[in-house]
Amino acid sequence: MPQGNKVMRLRSLIAGGLAAATLCVAPIASAQEEHVKPARQDWSFYGPFGKYDQAQLQRGFQVFREVCSNCHSLKSIAFRDLIAPGGPAFSEAQIKALAATYKIKDGPNEAGEMYERPGVLSDYFPWNFPNAQAARAALNAVPPDLSVIAKARGYERGFPLFLIDPIIQYQEQGPDYIYALLTGYTHADDPFWDEFMPGHKIAMPMPLSDGAVDYTDGSPKTVKQYAKDVTAFLMWAAEPKLEERKRLGFRVLSFLAVFAVLLYFVKRKIWASVHSDAGAEH
Amino acid sequence: MSGHPTYVPKSAAAKWLESRLPILGLAHSSFVVFPNPRNLNYWWTFGGILAFMLVAQIATGVVLVMHYTPQSSLAFASVEHIMRDVNYGWLFRYAHANGASMFFLALYIHMFRGLYYGSYKAPREVLWILGCIIFVMAVATAFMGYVLPWGQMSFWGATVITSLFSAIPFVGDQITIWLWGGYAVDNATLNRFFSLHYLLPFMILGVVILHIWALHVPGSNNPAGIEPQSEKDTLPFHPYFTIKDGFAVVCFMIFYFWFVFYVPNYLGDADNYIEANPLQTPVHIVPEWYYLPFYAILRSIPSKLGGTALMFAAVLIPAFLPWLDTSKVKSAAYRPLYKIFFWLFVACVLGLGYCGSKPPEGIYVVASRLLAIYYFLHFLVILPLLGQYEKTRPLPASIFESVLGERGKHLAAGAKPLQPGE
Repeated sequence: MPQGNKVMRLRSLIAGGLAAATLCVAPIASAQEEHVKPARQDWSFYGPFGKYDQAQLQRGFQVFREVCSNCHSLKSIAFRDLIAPGGPAFSEAQIKALAATYKIKDGPNEAGEMYERPGVLSDYFPWNFPNAQAARAALNAVPPDLSVIAKARGYERGFPLFLIDPIIQYQEQGPDYIYALLTGYTHADDPFWDEFMPGHKIAMPMPLSDGAVDYTDGSPKTVKQYAKDVTAFLMWAAEPKLEERKRLGFRVLSFLAVFAVLLYFVKRKIWASVHSDAGAEH
Repeated sequence: MSGHPTYVPKSAAAKWLESRLPILGLAHSSFVVFPNPRNLNYWWTFGGILAFMLVAQIATGVVLVMHYTPQSSLAFASVEHIMRDVNYGWLFRYAHANGASMFFLALYIHMFRGLYYGSYKAPREVLWILGCIIFVMAVATAFMGYVLPWGQMSFWGATVITSLFSAIPFVGDQITIWLWGGYAVDNATLNRFFSLHYLLPFMILGVVILHIWALHVPGSNNPAGIEPQSEKDTLPFHPYFTIKDGFAVVCFMIFYFWFVFYVPNYLGDADNYIEANPLQTPVHIVPEWYYLPFYAILRSIPSKLGGTALMFAAVLIPAFLPWLDTSKVKSAAYRPLYKIFFWLFVACVLGLGYCGSKPPEGIYVVASRLLAIYYFLHFLVILPLLGQYEKTRPLPASIFESVLGERGKHLAAGAKPLQPGE
């Protein structure tokens, strides 16, 4: 019976969805359209030669560790990733020391018991909560995992911009949206109000405030700078091979461009004899 | 696959093999001396581009399978594992995901080229129908492939599309449960889609071989839409068309790799980077771009059964073109009215695609209904009538003449006629 219910629910859901989809002829303002679109930001990783700013990723990681990681997980990132080139590229000693400050649950040991040990490089970034239920119980909502959040968010570019985007290589809707969201808490009296959240109600209260994270490299300790840095870090977390991809892409496309030009001239030479044969056959 | 049976093996090894399995002769007559109309333009290179894309999809797909886990609680994470830990895993995945889009782009251009030049007309009806079968199989393959990363759009796309089968009267519910392997899209569904997604491309490959076989009986159609009459109308496949197709494939690769390396997620949906969650429906379920015109037709009908039937009809109706288009003239170059209706049809399909990407409300519903009606009018009314009433322009006497204009008339007069079977 529970299974039957599930089917019925799903089926009526879909049928209802399709009916609603097809029947409402009257214009309804779409929920997204009443929102301001996020502004485009300058990102060092934009464009064909884009690269991550190593210092920015390190600052962004600091913001993530001191602020975001209190609630959010980062399941796909291991400590070793923080050492890899093309990312924050901390030194191995730094990250080994950092990993050791975390308690990782492991086991069972030979006595059949689970135990805690200090983290090592191959461990994945641990979450503050043992499971999603615990997070929900504490926070009233499960904070989304941040591993690919920079690619899992975005906004509609609309016609005709979406036709230009592949040409100008605009792929930063995610980072632009996240930056806008983090700096969009503009109602001082309501920490759950965000300019860029659909419906303006957000379950995450304003996470950043000026001076909350102590930068050591002299960068401004402002919400805007924190938002920018942590967004760049999240982009790296979502796309750790971006630099390698763009570098290889330039080589591949350069080769193909030269190859195509050569092929074009070979083709012309081969076909030239056909055209002149046709003319000379009198 | 016909052609000049002129292959003479030179080396001892080739002689040995040829007397036991004449495969070198087959390749020689099919891809070396095979006579192609000399006036083929670059729209004819998309067949070769599609062959390249099919091989690219199979090659990248086989590598991805080595690292992917078809299990509903592990699939999403295994894709991230490919992106992060597998050597060049990001390249294989982005090449495969964007490759599906490129395959469909080339497929649609190839099909519209067939529409424009009347390539489906006698004696190429079977060739055309085989192509339509490939199209339907490609639609199924790409749909099931999109489910495998087990993101939100994978899951909800699969739910919406498989639920369409429940519209079938009487047995719909049983069929849907049978397709799912359970009472909802779940692990069993993922497993069978994975299995079929691996199987179907090889079946496509088989039909592609039949497609090429059927092509090599009458030979290619051409922009003039008249059959070759003498040797002057054709050129051997190699080197003329190998170099031309090769150049086109490399140009297409530049376009393809631009997406792979620079905007790899442009054609995808951000929601598919959120792991599938059966308890949370995305605000806006949108299929991949290549399904959008059909999706718009599905949603344009306020009845589930009607919409589903019309969507499948829209996919299948091109297969009947050889009999719906009654004109004796093939090429739109000599059909002034058809040329206009062809471009109207292209605009109609693009319009349907745009409506399919928009929420089904207001003006978009009205527009998709009108465009859906026009889509079927084009096939069922315009094409049958146009053949009866259209005043076509005079056809050139030969392909050679159409290439060289007036001058070709003299030259063609002295040409030796083609032998039967060529």
